[in-house]
Amino acid sequence: MAKHSKSLAGTGQYRIVTGTPVSLVAAGGTLILVAVLTALPFFAGRDLLENMIFVFYMLALAQCWNLLAGYAGLVSVGQQAFVGLGGYLLFALTIIAGIDPLVAILLAGAISALFALPTALIVFRLRGAYFAIGTWVVAEVYRLSFAQFRQLGGGTGTSLGPDITNAVFGIDWVKSLLDVRTPAARDVISYWAALALAVGTLLLVYLILRSRRGLALGAIRDSEEAAASVGVNNARVKLVVYIIVAAVTGMIGALIYLQKARISPDAAFSVLDWTAYVIFIVVIGGIGTIEGPILGTLIFYLLQNYLASYGPVYLILLGALAILVMLFAPKGLWGYVSQRYGVELLPIRRRLVWKKDP
Amino acid sequence: MSLLEIRGLRKCFGSVVAADDITFAVEPGEALGIIGPNGAGKTTLFNLIAGGLFPDSGTIHLDGRDITTARPHERCIAGVARSYQIPRPFETLTVFENLLVAAVYGRRKSEADAAQACGEILDQVGLMRRANVLAGSLTLLERKRLEMARALATSPRLLLLDEIAGGLTESECGALVDTIKALHDSGVTIVWIEHIVHALTAAVGRLIVLNFGRKIAEGNPDAVMSSADVRHIYIGIEA
Repeated sequence: MAKHSKSLAGTGQYRIVTGTPVSLVAAGGTLILVAVLTALPFFAGRDLLENMIFVFYMLALAQCWNLLAGYAGLVSVGQQAFVGLGGYLLFALTIIAGIDPLVAILLAGAISALFALPTALIVFRLRGAYFAIGTWVVAEVYRLSFAQFRQLGGGTGTSLGPDITNAVFGIDWVKSLLDVRTPAARDVISYWAALALAVGTLLLVYLILRSRRGLALGAIRDSEEAAASVGVNNARVKLVVYIIVAAVTGMIGALIYLQKARISPDAAFSVLDWTAYVIFIVVIGGIGTIEGPILGTLIFYLLQNYLASYGPVYLILLGALAILVMLFAPKGLWGYVSQRYGVELLPIRRRLVWKKDP
Repeated sequence: MSLLEIRGLRKCFGSVVAADDITFAVEPGEALGIIGPNGAGKTTLFNLIAGGLFPDSGTIHLDGRDITTARPHERCIAGVARSYQIPRPFETLTVFENLLVAAVYGRRKSEADAAQACGEILDQVGLMRRANVLAGSLTLLERKRLEMARALATSPRLLLLDEIAGGLTESECGALVDTIKALHDSGVTIVWIEHIVHALTAAVGRLIVLNFGRKIAEGNPDAVMSSADVRHIYIGIEA
């Protein structure tokens, strides 16, 4: 049945279009890039793989924090709670329960989501700056609690024995496939797991933003009061996002500490490593966009790779860069580029078009 | 049964009584105007009806159902929609997406079904050629129209308009009044707060006057505007 429009001649229908020519090219480019990255272990050395693992988990953490703060307005400074929780769960599940590490990563995600629910009941009572501080305090409670577990090394932490790290699912297959020794094969598996997690996180964030929930998140980001006035249940949308992000962050934490094979409360619940750097990445890249955290991660990696040996000067430079970006490109570098040139690689915009009936 | 029934509504902010024992009803298909000097409690009344604020005492019924303690999004789904005096568009969404959120969440429609309804509303309020631009780039008149369009996208039974004509030129105001009249003719029940009395009286069939949180007059617009109390309040304000 065709409905009539007053201003447009003929009959037809209004439809929603999302893709653009640029986004189609970007999607093709992404597929090729993922294929190349998947094949990387066949021709790259261990150093590069280890660097890439770092890039992948920082990218995944940045996407998570961006969804939380850039879209749902939940500026958490306590995401290290879930990185540490995931890491400790991996150790507990493998050392105490004897579960395969890769399965333990998935379980760590599910259990982190369960922990997120009571955590949300506490921190969701707070708003704005108080929410930020509240999440940080909760993360400290997590840190102090895990320091009490003797079986997991208490305050000094513990290590994963080679009996566990070398027994990762698929390690023999990788050894024969690439003709490498056990430690190198372990890295390859970590690399693929990290790649899968980064791509999976990216895809998940994209699908959430493309769904009806993404529309609600955009509305909440711009005006919570107006969002509620058009029927959006703000509290519920935020809670769902918080729990999804906690699950993914827990899985990333588990993966990070599978690769490190050594955990301690201070490192696992470090606000600097797992939240401050992540905020830096999102802010300089462009908060509230999917592309921003990708750009931010690359910049952060390059800065760290070339400047970390300068010690304190490196941190001063990071801070200075963050301040400059906030002053001159408040929407981040990607925000600046996309505003100036009108590009959008991942299309989440919905455009209204009029399609005439044939 | 009345569509909206308000009984003994009271709200205080410290020692300021913003709503003092307000009682009135709105019949289905009616257009009701509310006037009053600045600080009379008009917007507070809207916030109480739409759910941004909760009353200290009194009740609000929509179609016989008690919504006094319902949360804002629940009231929207029940059929109450509002525009804001200072427009609050979703600035980083496009004009069309602004309506889409409202249709998808306020009316529980799928995005594909909502597109048709949103397109028709944009056409009706004259925003079609701006459909795919960011709402943050709209002019004041366009923002006011967007406020109304977004509220309409929730398919409201009761539409609350808060000073939608404020700040517009005479001709813009006339065009807006025509749009509101057309809406009313299509069956939407309207409650409209406005300072621009001639715009209001052109569109509504009944008028309520608020002053210091109290209802001081109610009835036919011409009769209300010529009553002694109302003239007393408005002398010096309406030259």
